Amino acid sequence: MKLVVMHLTGNYAVAWAVKLSRVKVVSAYPITPQTTIVEKISEFIESGMMDAKIVRVESEHSALATVFGAASSGVRAFTATSSHGLMYMYEMVWWSAGARVPIVMAIVTRTIGAPWNIWSDHSDFMSQRDTGWLMIFAEHNQEVLDSVIQLFRITEDPRVYLPGMIALDAFILSHTTEPVDVPDQSLVDSFLPSRRQPYTFKSGDPITMGNLPSNPRDNMKMRWDVHESLVAAKKVIMEVDREWGELTGRSYGGLIECYRCSDAKYFIIGVGAWVGDMREAVDMLRSEGYEVGLIKLRFVRPFPAEELAEVVRGGKGAIVFDRSVSAGSAGPLYLDTVAHLGALNVGVPVKNVIAGIAGVDVTYNDIAGVVRSFIEEIESKGVVSNYVEWYFG
Amino acid sequence: MIQKDLVEIRFHGRGGQGAVTAANILVAAAWKSGLWGQAFPFFGAERRGAPVVAFARLSRRRVRLHSMIRHPDVVVILDPKLPKLVNVLEGLKSGGKVVINSASKSGLGKGEYRVYCVDATKIALDLGLVLAGWPLANTSMLGALAKVLNLPIADVKEAIVEYMGKKKGEVNARAAERAYVEVSECE
Amino acid sequence: MSEISHILPLSKPKEGISKTGTWRLKKPVIDHSKCVKCLMCWLHCPESTIDVVESSEKFVEVNYEFCKGCGVCANVCPVKAISMVPEG
Repeated sequence: MKLVVMHLTGNYAVAWAVKLSRVKVVSAYPITPQTTIVEKISEFIESGMMDAKIVRVESEHSALATVFGAASSGVRAFTATSSHGLMYMYEMVWWSAGARVPIVMAIVTRTIGAPWNIWSDHSDFMSQRDTGWLMIFAEHNQEVLDSVIQLFRITEDPRVYLPGMIALDAFILSHTTEPVDVPDQSLVDSFLPSRRQPYTFKSGDPITMGNLPSNPRDNMKMRWDVHESLVAAKKVIMEVDREWGELTGRSYGGLIECYRCSDAKYFIIGVGAWVGDMREAVDMLRSEGYEVGLIKLRFVRPFPAEELAEVVRGGKGAIVFDRSVSAGSAGPLYLDTVAHLGALNVGVPVKNVIAGIAGVDVTYNDIAGVVRSFIEEIESKGVVSNYVEWYFG
Repeated sequence: MIQKDLVEIRFHGRGGQGAVTAANILVAAAWKSGLWGQAFPFFGAERRGAPVVAFARLSRRRVRLHSMIRHPDVVVILDPKLPKLVNVLEGLKSGGKVVINSASKSGLGKGEYRVYCVDATKIALDLGLVLAGWPLANTSMLGALAKVLNLPIADVKEAIVEYMGKKKGEVNARAAERAYVEVSECE
Repeated sequence: MSEISHILPLSKPKEGISKTGTWRLKKPVIDHSKCVKCLMCWLHCPESTIDVVESSEKFVEVNYEFCKGCGVCANVCPVKAISMVPEG
């Protein structure tokens, strides 16, 4: 296998993956920090390197509607947005999941106003978790590229047939240059079969999508099918990641990735670019004698409940880092984690740390400090006193 | 070549001077020397002329960190007037290095760091590297930085040509090479 | 891979799911002697219940199984050939 390393920003890694996936229709509305994804794709098309159409629209709502329409007619379609753009798109996010049309969208995670803020937190992405989309969060630019390609394969698998979104942190990945191995077109072609979807709009065979159901129970069953398909997607995710690993030498554990977990008693849980800093924090704490490991949740939806439980069971505690908050409750990753670990009888104390909101920089030192105090408290008192802690750095 | 596991570098420039470009080319050059790297801008409202910073990390293994660089090992200053506007030495590690675009004296005073000067503006003017009235010092500074970091200049020159294309790249590569030769420790 | 069936929000268009003619309070009656064959009623009917028949007695006719009696046809007719008559 030939290794072709390019130095790409996270946004350019998305654009390369979209090109390699032979996407035919792209529609988007510019918003910082997503803009350079679509700029790069436009360059590919303009220079003849990519055979696709860009549809210019007046809003993000229309961007996803356009992509949804194109995908319904049988082609691979892609869009990208951030923050307020995603908020404006929200209705179509639900609609395209309900319609069961495979689409891939990149979310460059950015704080939601007020006040205006362009830096990364995960509020925009996490607020989509009830929609029915597959949701994957990348840690670095290589994983961005690999995951976009994987996501096309997963969303178009007949066991799944749902749209999927991939998140990458604003600037921290989107505008950061890292070495990225860009695979051969022939390798991607052998990995991605031609487009599959549950139905296709074509002339001469009229169908209606989305009519009022005559019986609400039919509608409830559709929603149940969305849920069941997301759960069924777990198996597909594992298969696809394994196959990608065989082709490229790179796999990410499918749903979750563990780092120094095998003999760990305490677990750090997180998603996104700061997982890299968490790895350094784990190494640092290990060198101090703390038995700590890291669980990176690669997928937020489907939520890897059993997979997480299997790792944490028998441990002494877990600490979940959220870069967003369900105001008035707790961090969304924490809420999912405690609900499922509790229901699966994994009886360990779980603490939530809300940090990095609005783009506050969080280093491995910050993470190690918080985790150290958590472990000390459990070792000395056996319980967590402040189970939802806001960490301002 | 660098012997440490991780070297963190901060570039000070003005919006439009090519600090981010310099950081990007550095990472591509380091890859040729067998090093992993990462380059990123400071994420704010960048405007032409305003003081800006860019960052780079070099390592012998994949760079996992994604947090800001608070304590750089090396600071590169593209414009000699910047020390009057911003604290260019902020967070610099004890024993760190400063590479400044200056003819002879840095004006930074004495401290727990070593300072290296190169007249990058003169090199740029000599070679006609001027854009919209501004001498482009970024590639010269990259050459000087290569010397300070002990990176092979051939890799830097190759990375510059790949990044900028043959025509623009070759003259910029010459600027880098001249700075690599001319840079020297100063006060 | 075996065929997976999902529950999809799809339907095929077909006639006569709901006989909306029973909703009518007034019905449009066409005076065919006045009709100038302009097709305005056919064009404007929101339920497509005006059919073009082109026989010797009449050019168009109303499908009363589906006509809701909205009166748009009577309103747009340029020669007032359609009157709205209360249902018995």
